[in-house]
Formats: sequence, C-alpha cells, structure tokens
Amino acid sequence: MANIMVRKNAAGGLVFYLPKRDIEDNITSIEFDAPDKWGGEIKLANGGVYYIEPIPAPARLPISVRAKRMDGVE
Amino acid sequence: MTELTRESAQALIEEVLEVYPEKAKKDRAKHLMVNDKEITQSKKCITSNRKSLPGVMTQRGCAYAGSKGVVWGPIKDIIDISHGPVGCGAYSRGGRRNYFAGTSGVDSFCDINFTSDFQEKDIVFGGDKKLAKLIDELEMLFPLSKGISVQSECPVGLIGDDIEAVAKKKAAEIGKTIVPVRCEGFRGVSQSLGHHIANDAVRDWIISNRDDQPFESTPYDVAILGDYNIGGDAWASRILLEEMGLRVVAQWSGDGTLTEMENTPKVKLNLLHCYRSMNYIARHMEEKYSIPWLEYNFFGPSKIVESLREIASHFDEKIQEGAERVIAKYKPAMDAVIAKYKPRLQGKKVMLYVGGLRPRHTVGAYEDLGMEVIGAGYEFAHNDDYDRTIKEMKDATLIYDDVTGYEFEEFVRQLKPDLIGSGIKEKYAFHKMGVPFRQLHSWDYSGPYHGFDGFAVFARDMDMTVNNPVWSMFKAPWNEADKTEGDALKAA
Repeated sequence: MANIMVRKNAAGGLVFYLPKRDIEDNITSIEFDAPDKWGGEIKLANGGVYYIEPIPAPARLPISVRAKRMDGVE
Repeated sequence: MTELTRESAQALIEEVLEVYPEKAKKDRAKHLMVNDKEITQSKKCITSNRKSLPGVMTQRGCAYAGSKGVVWGPIKDIIDISHGPVGCGAYSRGGRRNYFAGTSGVDSFCDINFTSDFQEKDIVFGGDKKLAKLIDELEMLFPLSKGISVQSECPVGLIGDDIEAVAKKKAAEIGKTIVPVRCEGFRGVSQSLGHHIANDAVRDWIISNRDDQPFESTPYDVAILGDYNIGGDAWASRILLEEMGLRVVAQWSGDGTLTEMENTPKVKLNLLHCYRSMNYIARHMEEKYSIPWLEYNFFGPSKIVESLREIASHFDEKIQEGAERVIAKYKPAMDAVIAKYKPRLQGKKVMLYVGGLRPRHTVGAYEDLGMEVIGAGYEFAHNDDYDRTIKEMKDATLIYDDVTGYEFEEFVRQLKPDLIGSGIKEKYAFHKMGVPFRQLHSWDYSGPYHGFDGFAVFARDMDMTVNNPVWSMFKAPWNEADKTEGDALKAA
C-alpha cells in the first residue's frame, strides 16, 4: 500500500503521482468513474496497474488516497 | 569532434564504461543514455535517484545540504540551527550566495552560521538540553528573528534525540515558530531527500499557521516557488511579474520571510521554478487549498516570453496585456544582447552537469545565443526530471545521471566541448584540462541569470568565459602534439 495523489492535468486527464518514488504518469483508464463509485483498478501509461478502494467520486481533485500496486514496473 | 550521431554517442558511452568491473559497469550503464526525442518515458532508458557506487567520485550532497543549504537557508528572518557537530554548518555557510535585503544579525540571518557544536558529552548524554539552552541564547541575542529551524545533522538521528519535544516546549515559551527538521545527512541517496523533508517540515509546521487570519487578497496574487535568489535571481524574476500586473505575495525561499510563507496559501497561482526542490509543497497546496501550480522557465528570452504568456493565460485580459507590454518593452534590449554576443558564441558546444533544474532550463538560453548543449546531466534528479529533459534536449545528445568524475572527464576529453557548466568540485579539474568552465551552481560569483536582466549578465559571462584569451595560453596534455592550432591562436 502506498499513498498516491490523483490530480487533473491541463488537458483534463487524470495524473497519478506516487511521492515516495516520484512516479508521475498519466492514468489511461480507471475502473469506476461514476458519482457514487470512483476508483478501482487504474492503469498507467507506463504499464503500471494500481488498485484504489472505490469511494464516492471526490468533490475536487487532487486527492490523496491509498493505493495497492497490482502489476507493472516498480 | 564531428557531429555526434546516436551510434557514435552510444559507442562513446560503451568505451567509457569499459574500465569498470563487470558489476559496476552494469550499474553505471543504466545511468547513461543517448537522447531520443521519441521516448516519452525516461525510466525506459535511464535510471536515477539511486545510491552512488562506492569507490566512484560522485558530486552529490546529503539530505542536510538539501534542507539547510537549499530550502531553509535562504529564508531570511528564520535562524537555522545546524544541530550537531560544527563542521556541517561552517563549511556550507554562504556558499550559495542567496541574496537578501536586510541587516545581517539584526533581522536577517542567512549568512551567519548557528550551530550547537556537538562534543563527545553531547553524543553520550544527548544534546536536547544544549539545544534548549541554545534557543534561549538565540532569543536573547537576536530578538528580532521570526522563527527558528533545527536542522539535524547525522549524530542527532543516530543517538535519537527528541528535537520535536524541545521545539514544541521552547516554541510555547518564546512564542515563536520553531521547526524541527529531521534532515540527517545519512537519509536518502542525495540532497534530493533533504528537499522533500524540508518541504514536509514546512507543510507540517508553517503552511497552515495563518489559515484563519484575515488577508487582503487581490485576484492577481501569485507566489514564486523554488527560486533561491542566487545572485539576485528572484528579484530579476519578481520585477517581470510585477510589471505585468501580478502581485507577488511570497518568495520561496530566496529573500523570503516566514510571514510570506504563511500567507502563501492565500495566493491564486503558485509559480514553480525549481521543480525538483519544491514540487512537494506545490502539490500539497494544490490538494489542500486548491491552488494550481505552474512550472515556468526564466532563462533566456525565448523561454521567458513563452513562460510569461503561459502565466498570463491563467489570468484575465489585463494581465495578458501586461505580459505583452513587458515582452515588447524588453525586446529591443534582448535583441541588442543577442546581436552583440551571438556572433561570438555561435556554434559553441556546451556540456552541463548541475542539479535541480538547470540542465534543462538553461538549454533555451544557450540556444538563444546560438550555442548547442551536447550533454546534460543531474546530480540528484528523479525520473520526472528526465521526462522533462528529454523534450528539451536535441536528439543524439548525451544524458548522464549522477555522472562520476572519471566518466565526465572522459566525455569531455572525447567530445571537446567549448564550455562546461558544472560545480566547484569539477571546476579546477577542467581548468587544468584547459576547457572553459563556468560554475553554474551559484553562477560563478556572478548573477542574476533569471529574467530579461539576468540574460544580459548570462550572455556576457558566457562570452567572457568561452572567448577568454587565457585558454589559448596553455595546451591540454592530449593536444600537445598539435602545435599549429595553438601557435595560430597566439599569433592572433
């Protein structure tokens, strides 16, 4: 488990940031993206896959959440 | 050296790596790459932020250097105690030339070394009592200080002193902010972790201090993050922002004050110059206070113009007009600088090895002068820095992470650049090799280099170094046979 931060970039896409390892990358897909359920498996442009426990969609980004690394580099 | 192609650059890297033992060679190979603009992910081709190999000459600093020397040191009205043995503070004092406006020892304390001077008995019995006494003495001698930070040196972490408890107790007693910073030198692989620790300390102890206090804000409030006012850099940046109509609330941390930092959460936009050392606090403020942040680059007119427009795009027409006005105002002066120096510097090749932001940020400034950066590297960058660097650099240029003394010298021997920009540790080695060199950590006792005014100084300094007649007076040893060129230069 690691603390990560999800933020929006200028283009409106989601960006994943893992402070401990300074990994910053675009999120290519997120499993749940509905107002009442947000999170699940997220896939990164670098091939990494992380899992966020689904929560109601955050009122605003960025948000810090706990994430589990499922697959991919590092 | 003829034009570097990808194959020849790769061959050069392999040739340089040849001398290492098998294991070291494998490790070092991961830190060297030939730039390929196609790559969007630097981690596929370069490894960074890893422990340096034992036995090689690395140029890195420690966490204490990153925290006290870089982030905390320039804040002028905070007294930074170097808590531990006397050397760390004494030998790092005043090296970075963070200018400030104030009276040293009265209301500004950047250039004084405060230390608890650990002795054997402090290691054996703990230094907490000494720290408490030291804070009392500081309060008596320097009553106008606004706060104190306790910068831990290695032994404090090793013996397990509770500096947080002392800080809390004393802060309540004297009624000032006292920040314990756990930046012991042994933490992490380079000064980079020190930046992070320092940012976290600011986040925990300073940033929310004035959350519920009134503040007269304007829609044009911005803060400059990651500008350490080396040789007056932050001032050269600040006037441009103010001229375009913005109000600079805080400077982090060059010529900055504690109050400015506490007021930063009230700004509308954070402007981030040194990404590496201050992105942490910018990200925190984005999450907690919804303040967007923006990386900008104030080196060289083309990048400054780009950055000013980008900054202005976050505000209304008034600021956008202001930005255009500022650009138009300085254009003739910048054209004159380029007209004067470009013919003298055209086509010269530069190799850079610095830290933080310079290897990528100064590329634009060199290109404005017609120079070409053929190699760049960072002491302590992470992969997100290299992601940004790859875009700035030309194809088939060298990129080297935490380059060792041997590798750097070998690259220079082979590529024969006309100018090297690096630190004081490399300076005299390259002087002796007869290569023009500028110490780019603190601008070689010159500056400022940021902003339009800074570019004029930058161009002058580069010309002064590259075209200095002294370089033709002695020959580098490997050129000894080639007399004709040297004689021709002497005759001229």
